[in-house]
Amino acid sequence: MSENVTLPSVTEEPPPRPAPARFARAEPGRALRLGLVRTGLETRMFFREKDQIAFVFSIAVVMLVILASIFTTRYRGLDVTVSQVYAAGLIGTGIMAVSFQNLGISIAVERDLGGLRRLVSTPMPPSAYFIGKVGSVFIVAVIQIAILLGIGVAFFDLELPSAIGPWLTFIWVFVLGLASMTMLGIAASSVPRSARSATAVITLPFVVLQFISGAFIPHTDLPDWLLNLSAVFPLKWLCQGMRSIFLGEEAAVLELTGGYELGRVALVLAAWTVGGLVLCLLTFRWKDNRTK
Amino acid sequence: MTAVRVRGLHKRYGDVVAVDGIDLDIQRGEVFGLLGPNGAGKTTTVEILEGYRGRDSGEVDVLGMDPGKAPNSWRDRIGVVWQSTADTPELTVAEIIGNFARYYRRPRDPGQVIEQVELTEQAGKRVHALSGGQRRRLDVALGIIGDPDLLFLDEPTTGLDPEARRRFADLIRGLAAEGTTILLTSHYLDEVETLAGRIAVIARGKIVAEGSPKTLGGRATAVSTVQWVGEDGLHTIETDTPAKAVADLYAKSGEVSGLTVTRPTLEDVYLKLIGADDE
Ligand SMILES: Nc1ncnc2c1ncn2[C@@H]1O[C@H](COP(=O)(O)OP(=O)(O)OP(=O)(O)O)[C@@H](O)[C@H]1O
Ligand SMILES: [Mg+2]
Repeated sequence: MSENVTLPSVTEEPPPRPAPARFARAEPGRALRLGLVRTGLETRMFFREKDQIAFVFSIAVVMLVILASIFTTRYRGLDVTVSQVYAAGLIGTGIMAVSFQNLGISIAVERDLGGLRRLVSTPMPPSAYFIGKVGSVFIVAVIQIAILLGIGVAFFDLELPSAIGPWLTFIWVFVLGLASMTMLGIAASSVPRSARSATAVITLPFVVLQFISGAFIPHTDLPDWLLNLSAVFPLKWLCQGMRSIFLGEEAAVLELTGGYELGRVALVLAAWTVGGLVLCLLTFRWKDNRTK
Repeated sequence: MTAVRVRGLHKRYGDVVAVDGIDLDIQRGEVFGLLGPNGAGKTTTVEILEGYRGRDSGEVDVLGMDPGKAPNSWRDRIGVVWQSTADTPELTVAEIIGNFARYYRRPRDPGQVIEQVELTEQAGKRVHALSGGQRRRLDVALGIIGDPDLLFLDEPTTGLDPEARRRFADLIRGLAAEGTTILLTSHYLDEVETLAGRIAVIARGKIVAEGSPKTLGGRATAVSTVQWVGEDGLHTIETDTPAKAVADLYAKSGEVSGLTVTRPTLEDVYLKLIGADDE
């Protein structure tokens, strides 16, 4: 090894640097602006990730095409087919897939592989990260629902309401359903211990809920005890709210209680949104599972 | 002015003591090298200074603040290159660097940074399509994009080819000349030797030596070895006055073959420092 090394000597005075300017203490404007920047970025990343498109974006579409094609019978005495029940209920699946399933897996992977760590050492406000997640999930969900409704209308006799009332209901059911599932997805991302286990850990509860909440199996074919069990979770209420919009009043007799119970739908979804938010605030970790 | 001041830093993971009472002082504008074998506690120390890991005890002051409690604006002044990152977002090099630039109040020009780390040709490539060394250069780019006052580099040249490593050294010198304080860790002695103005050698969570590369471990005053081949074989003497030894040798025996005068290299000193701790 050479003896003659040149060293940047400590005694050489570096040129003085400009004094760093400080952020204003509260910076909601900056958080919002960067949140919108991240919304665009997250959306772009989502649609570039082939696995995610296959696993998160297409699952409701594929299930709709398969299930609604197999089961086509008409309910006795009603102008409602099983296909229509599927087309309405699977909108709930689509919403849960792009929010809960999507975030639960992708944030867990981000945490494990160092993506979150990269962000947390920058001055990006943490809220900008969450705005980006919520914003991109919203965009993806809107596209998802447009596709599901398009297929439902084109192939499975789904009728779009013509009055304004059901559409107003649709908006709040969609927003509350998406909000609750998004919060739960962010919270659930802390459960998987590693990127490799993320898909399995998040998918199990997702699929189980699909079966017991009347999405993959029509609620009319489920035993009461299962429907009562699923009433604890938001998916049943989300699907029920969607059925109220697309199946109309006459199909309300098919529901467990003979009505759509929109008041309870609102209450349960709102409660899960608030509860999910609290859970996120209490449990969200920027560090991976190995770092203490 | 002090950029980093650490007193009595301790950190353990269960039974493993990772950092066992470290003191550090790094001046503004200084390039400081933290040198040590695998598992010595370099990453743990650096990540505590970055505010990413917690500590069990000790005082830590980085740019005037406790990293564990520093506000967001503090992160505007530090840059971090992690020892390992495996994330492969579906973004191009230019997208991710341009995006990170927006998080900082006083960023460097993304195009210029891409040039500095020599990813111009890869700027439109997705991150997962980069080679290992190119990924490492991206890491460095994300570390310097915010034009930090203090830059942490945890084994930054892992995976770089010799040419890239030389260019990286130029980059570090350029940053240092602009006044950036730099803390870098490494296993590579030659690297730290040429880059750092001051080095601390860390082994088993303790600092075993500290100084400039020239004086580290008493290297400046260490005895020299004079060797030559006489009629009866190899002769070796250790002496504090090698010039006199050679002069005496000449006076006695005239010209001799195979004459060498060596002083311990930094590597010798380093290996002795971390080895001596074994006993
Ligand atoms: N998250 C962790 N959990 C448990 N032990 C850990 C953890 N991180 C580090 N250690 C232990 O702490 C010690 C110091 O680790 P550290 O990563 O700081 O070493 P290092 O000097 O950076 O090593 P290398 O040169 O290999 O990067 C090691 O014995 C390591 O096994
Ligand atoms: Mg390390």
